[in-house]
Amino acid sequence: MTEFLQQLINGLALGSILALIALGYTMVYGILRFINFAHGDIFMLGAFAGFYLAPKVAMFLPMPSIGGGLAVMGISMAICAVVGILIEKLAYRPLRRSPKLTVLITAIGVSLLIEYTCQNDHVFGAAPKSFPTIFPEYHITQLSGLSLNSNQIIVFAVTLILLLALRFIVLKTKIGMAMRALSFNPEAAALMGINTDIVISFTFGLGSALAAAAGILFAVNYPSIDPLMGVLPGLKAFVAAVLGGIGNLPGAALGGVIIGVTETLVAGYISSTYRDAIAFGILIIILLVKPSGLLGKKEIEKV
Amino acid sequence: MNIRHAKTFFLGALVLCFLVSLFANQINSYWLFISYDIGINIILAVSLNLINGYTGQFSLGHAGFMAVGAYTAAAITNQFGELNPYLSIAVFLGALLAGGLLAAVAGLLVGIPTLRLRGDYLAIVTLGFGEIIRVVFQNMQSVGGARGLSVMHGWTNFFWAFGFAAVTVYVVTALVHSTYGRGFIAVRDDEVAASAMGISTTKYKVTAFVVGAFFAGIAGGLYAHSKQFITPGGFNFMQSIAIVVMVILGGMGNTIGVIIAAILLTLLPEGLRAIADIEHIPGIVTAHPFVWVSDTRMIIYSLLLIILMLTRPQGLFSLRKSLSK
Repeated sequence: MTEFLQQLINGLALGSILALIALGYTMVYGILRFINFAHGDIFMLGAFAGFYLAPKVAMFLPMPSIGGGLAVMGISMAICAVVGILIEKLAYRPLRRSPKLTVLITAIGVSLLIEYTCQNDHVFGAAPKSFPTIFPEYHITQLSGLSLNSNQIIVFAVTLILLLALRFIVLKTKIGMAMRALSFNPEAAALMGINTDIVISFTFGLGSALAAAAGILFAVNYPSIDPLMGVLPGLKAFVAAVLGGIGNLPGAALGGVIIGVTETLVAGYISSTYRDAIAFGILIIILLVKPSGLLGKKEIEKV
Repeated sequence: MNIRHAKTFFLGALVLCFLVSLFANQINSYWLFISYDIGINIILAVSLNLINGYTGQFSLGHAGFMAVGAYTAAAITNQFGELNPYLSIAVFLGALLAGGLLAAVAGLLVGIPTLRLRGDYLAIVTLGFGEIIRVVFQNMQSVGGARGLSVMHGWTNFFWAFGFAAVTVYVVTALVHSTYGRGFIAVRDDEVAASAMGISTTKYKVTAFVVGAFFAGIAGGLYAHSKQFITPGGFNFMQSIAIVVMVILGGMGNTIGVIIAAILLTLLPEGLRAIADIEHIPGIVTAHPFVWVSDTRMIIYSLLLIILMLTRPQGLFSLRKSLSK
């Protein structure tokens, strides 16, 4: 029982990170109806931004500290938001009226471009780097043998705050209302005087910032980062978004948690070498049984 | 390429590769191995073109089918020691066909979820299937697991590589241009209209996956017996993308364009490597002035993909104005 609870806590931590990435996928899909393949690479860029920022921030703030860590995370989120907006402007905006397949292939191209550029020795280099300690670390071993890592508490706290902030933005602000309008019907939204370009840029920025936060949290828990670290978490997060019902924000968060917990339990009890196949197995089952996802609405095909 | 051209092409290609294979032992072995890669890549690209180009489904899991074929064929031929030439041909062909058939079964399994999926979802599911196949081989200790499997016989030669390429091109072209095959194009052009006309879109999609996977399996078998060492990592997502890029560059649903793209993209890395190896140019003092080319090769490659999509989404060698719809 203790071991099960322990695995559950580890799974929830991984799941929270996947949930943050999945939100970016689901927001972009909700508005533009395409998979932003480069999203996993934004997650990687977030971790690398943290890696290079940490020594700089340490000059002004004490380093393994809550404030210092949050400062690194905040700046990294801002950088990735700008990168996300730029990618949308340069690569996806010219293709707004193109067939979906063209945009999908472009997104794959953008993803490959980021990965290979970052693997170049003049940029980050292909070798893994060890992520510095930016949050103070404690181990709490109590509660009948359960061990809770301070980093995991930070993951839960940051995820919860970001989810509440996102909920506030989407439901209570004007730009959030515009985002929702756009996901219902882009043309009608444009006719109502919504500047679609600004809303789409904002969505990309918001999603990329969440991915950057996920990247930092991931690197804090698994402190070895490399330019290809975003590929698998990116794909799993996409599966999480589909599982929850793509385009649905609570669904993405729920899907992320389910994938994270399932994967950790399977790795712990069955076989750790199969962990990377779990997410795809779940994806295939969900698409066969309920293609609209757990919380999604069924779409009717119109001619 | 219409069906009559396809027959002429098929016979011509077979005769040509038989003649070349007579002189194969006089060709530099480096170029000979590159030519095997070209043949294998033509098979992969043309078979993926049936799924992605002619039927309009977007598959990102072709390397998974290739892996099934490669492992099956290699596991079969590894059971045999030294054989006399005739027996070895029989065993090799049998192993390739077994690999192809098993890959076709995998294609059937992937084809079934496609009944309800399209576009992006399908791309991700096929990608997922490809990854699952890779993880399964990684865990299969009887074929070496993650360490890889060495293949005892280097039986792939010029004749088999290009002979199977010719067969693939012929079968795909003949299939698409037959009365039955018009259904593939109908499914691509408008699925709703096609099903309203009484075409079983499901059957066509699954057929495309099964035929495409069969040839990918054959290509995998040829690959295993050319490289003589295979690892699950060699059949990852990037390998699938490389095949997709060939199809896109050549133009979806344009067999000749796809063949040209497969040849060019196999030669491109070798050409870039040759440029990077240039030691000096008269008048320029620095040694190895182009060594940066090999570092930036993949960056250039992905940049080309984006620019191609922004400026010429129908592919380099296609005259058609746009992709479907």
